[in-house]
Amino acid sequence: MKLELKGISKAFGTFYANQDIDLVVEPGQIHCLLGENGAGKSTLMNVLYGLYEPTAGQILLDGRPVNFRGPGDAMAAGIGMVHQHFMLVPVFTVAENVALGAETTTFGGVLSIEETRKKIREISAQYGFHVDPDALVEDLPVGVQQRVEIIKALVRKAKVLILDEPTAVLTPQETDELLDIMRQLRDGGTSIVFISHKLREVKAVSDVITVIRRGRVVGDAPPTAPTTELASMMVGRPVSLTLNKDPAAPRETTFVVTDLTVRAPNGTTVVDGISFDIAQGEILAVAGVQGNGQTELTEAILGIQEHVTGSVTLDGKELLGLPVKDVLGAGVGFVPEDRSVDGLVGPFSVAENLVLDLYDKAPFANGISMNPSKVHEHARTKIEEFDIRTPSPNAAAGTLSGGNQQKVVMARELSRPLRLFIASQPTRGVDVGSIEFLHRRIVAERDVGTPVMIISTELDEVMELADRIAVLYKGKLVGIVPSGTPRDTLGLMMAGVGPEGGHHGH
Amino acid sequence: MATEDGKIPDSSAPEGTAPGDSVPGATVPAKAAPAESPQDVQAADVALDTAGGLHEPSLVPVSSQSGDVGHKQGNVLQQIMMGSGFVSILAVVVALVLGGLLIASTDSDVARTAGYFFGRPSDFLGALWSAMTSSYVALFQGAVFNPRQGFLPLLETMTVATPLICAALGVALAFRAGLFNIGAQGQVIISATAAAYAGFAWHLPSVVHLIVVIVMGIVGGAIWGAIAGVLKARTGAHEVIVTIMLNYIALFFLDFLLNTPAFRRPGENTPISPRIDESAAYPPLIPGSRLHFGFIVVVLLTIAVWWLLNRSTIGFEFRAVGANPAAARTAGVKVPLAMILAMAFAGALAGFGGVAQVAGTEKVLTGGIAAQIGFDSITVALLGRSTPWGTFFAGLLFGAFRAGAVQMQIQTGTPIDIVLVVQSLIVLFIAAPPLIRSIFGLNPGRKKNKPARPARRSAVATATGGAK
Repeated sequence: MKLELKGISKAFGTFYANQDIDLVVEPGQIHCLLGENGAGKSTLMNVLYGLYEPTAGQILLDGRPVNFRGPGDAMAAGIGMVHQHFMLVPVFTVAENVALGAETTTFGGVLSIEETRKKIREISAQYGFHVDPDALVEDLPVGVQQRVEIIKALVRKAKVLILDEPTAVLTPQETDELLDIMRQLRDGGTSIVFISHKLREVKAVSDVITVIRRGRVVGDAPPTAPTTELASMMVGRPVSLTLNKDPAAPRETTFVVTDLTVRAPNGTTVVDGISFDIAQGEILAVAGVQGNGQTELTEAILGIQEHVTGSVTLDGKELLGLPVKDVLGAGVGFVPEDRSVDGLVGPFSVAENLVLDLYDKAPFANGISMNPSKVHEHARTKIEEFDIRTPSPNAAAGTLSGGNQQKVVMARELSRPLRLFIASQPTRGVDVGSIEFLHRRIVAERDVGTPVMIISTELDEVMELADRIAVLYKGKLVGIVPSGTPRDTLGLMMAGVGPEGGHHGH
Repeated sequence: MATEDGKIPDSSAPEGTAPGDSVPGATVPAKAAPAESPQDVQAADVALDTAGGLHEPSLVPVSSQSGDVGHKQGNVLQQIMMGSGFVSILAVVVALVLGGLLIASTDSDVARTAGYFFGRPSDFLGALWSAMTSSYVALFQGAVFNPRQGFLPLLETMTVATPLICAALGVALAFRAGLFNIGAQGQVIISATAAAYAGFAWHLPSVVHLIVVIVMGIVGGAIWGAIAGVLKARTGAHEVIVTIMLNYIALFFLDFLLNTPAFRRPGENTPISPRIDESAAYPPLIPGSRLHFGFIVVVLLTIAVWWLLNRSTIGFEFRAVGANPAAARTAGVKVPLAMILAMAFAGALAGFGGVAQVAGTEKVLTGGIAAQIGFDSITVALLGRSTPWGTFFAGLLFGAFRAGAVQMQIQTGTPIDIVLVVQSLIVLFIAAPPLIRSIFGLNPGRKKNKPARPARRSAVATATGGAK
């Protein structure tokens, strides 16, 4: 089925998320939409899927104009979408999830799940999905859940499949498997619209690449185009993708974690006997698929996890058991994983957020009296220094884009002398241009002699920044390897296979 | 922002697990959701259902009464309490107009002229207009100015507003720290009790006595508020439930005390305390009126609360805890301590209200010492958008309603209760900002961009998930 978008515009108030977009997806092609976060890719696909009504423009299927009033219409016309965040009911089985919304019933409205089961087995066999129709969705790994979403679309006879940032939640191996599945589907005649901002995957799988920037189509590119060219098309200016950092010059080891164990309130062990150390002037990057204990590890160091045993020392001083204020006071800079939840107070102004953990220190406060002019002055300097795009220091932080919010958090944590810097997902949601800048700042912090700990689920980022790489799997440390370790080895480690081939975890 | 926080279930499950293999405990426990917990939602339901403890809870839980209570309740509450001041003003206007129509509907002239409306509509409209205006003119004359008494009514308004503003400042302060303090009533009662006891039982030199009375009142209110704060911080007990219960405890404790020899006026059978000493009372501010020194205290308190919230580290912590406790905790704020402190401050402010009642207007302690002050103060804080000066002027407005209502009834026969109706309408309109906005056509583009209903939720979800 040939899908055409003609002159699609979508405005929210006066803001155009999409403007005059033309796109042709040929049958049996993988068509990639490449663009930064906030470029308007998802909006465009939501228009196509009938979730938004376009302000202007037309959608044509095989040359016939169509008008979708909702996802139901889109599905009926043969368009399927796999969202970034899965739309599955965790306590339902695979078959029940697939049937949901399109249940086959026998006489008297009795649900007949058998038909769905059969279809799942067929599709599963055809594409090698290995999905058991009777498994509970909540027990399945993320990669398999994603396949369930794809099956859902295929059962509804989707001819065009939209995949919205499908690799964000996958390990490198799972990603490779997904790319294989996409190729198979294409060879079977399905058109795929693949939304991503990860250049490596895009180049690996696409037939055609369309680059979108600030709601407009910048141009098409073949998958053979050089990575730097694609990146500069996305950002709109030349970018350097490789960080030319000097080799680490580790000095004294000042940060030592010994046998750290964290228990969740329900009694399960989420961080299991982890020991490592970081020297001054060294970056240790912690890799791992999301949810393998990284959050708890950093929070235990900061002192906001309960039920923590072991030892964490900085400059010979024990940090465990200290209140957060004292840990920060010992010179720990902390960038939390989820900035909107833990890093920022949304209704507060940018200026206030820039002193969120410094508000009671001189020069911002004198006793309990705060000094608004100093807070403001500080904000102006940091906004300038970190190129935070905000209408004013008084704008509420919650109104900034994700990347700028992240810059606020990074600016705050890097604005005082540090003895240790911990950053979780330091560049999540940040555009390519700003990633470059933030990475340089992190390396600069290392070069002044601060031990730096980076937690990232983006393997590219880990490999870019790390002087040593630690891999976590199910709360255990699979191993610590040098920075030059190949992707494949790291990928296997992220799935629990140790660097020597042993299997951890179970 | 649900998708931002939403954790993908079971992302830690191993890559190679065969489908159907259950992985016990592999799901990483989600972090404490900062926005709201089921208890928050329930507590909010109860608060709405009982009008903050004013009524008995209904038999059918609120959550079952309407289809749409739940998910975003906490945020809705915050929106209602801290929305735009413009909506507040419009809400008052609309409530006054509706109240006026109600007044007119009971007017005999209006009813008579309505009979021949199609014959001479001008008669009807004239009668309608004069019924509405005469009542409000009487209200104004009773509350602000009339030729006979000059500005004396305004002084009465200020007198009535004094304890109300104090208690409302407490509600507003607690709310800025994320705590829905329904307990102003109880805090006023306890502080009034403590202050009154110091006023009639101890006999001290003049200035000292008043200071002791004030301190007793503040301490009483602060302790009563702090109880809820401690329970919330230490055990997670929801402050709405706790403060409602503390209201009852305070009320019946006072009733009990007034029947003990220590509190009952000698030789009286009714539960009423002795008069407080003259040295324990606020000095009158303007001779010939009831206005007392307490009003100066209120102005100072309003300035103090403004400074505390906007210029002090304590206020910074309160506001951070109120807006995002998770981020506050990560930034090193001791969240439990901030909660306890905020409730103690709120109680202390309500305590000033109790003192104003005892040492300012009433001079004796009775079971009805707190009247409806504690409950009205919630409305006042709501109308004032939880800002100190907004609360101050909202308190004056409510004081004016109360003071003017009597005059209105005397002059025009309009029942006092109509003022309660207007007050309730104000709350109704503030609680439904979209209603106000649609009445005044302030919702541009809302209809145009409205996607199909089932689509909207996921549309928003994906939009926020994707658009960074």
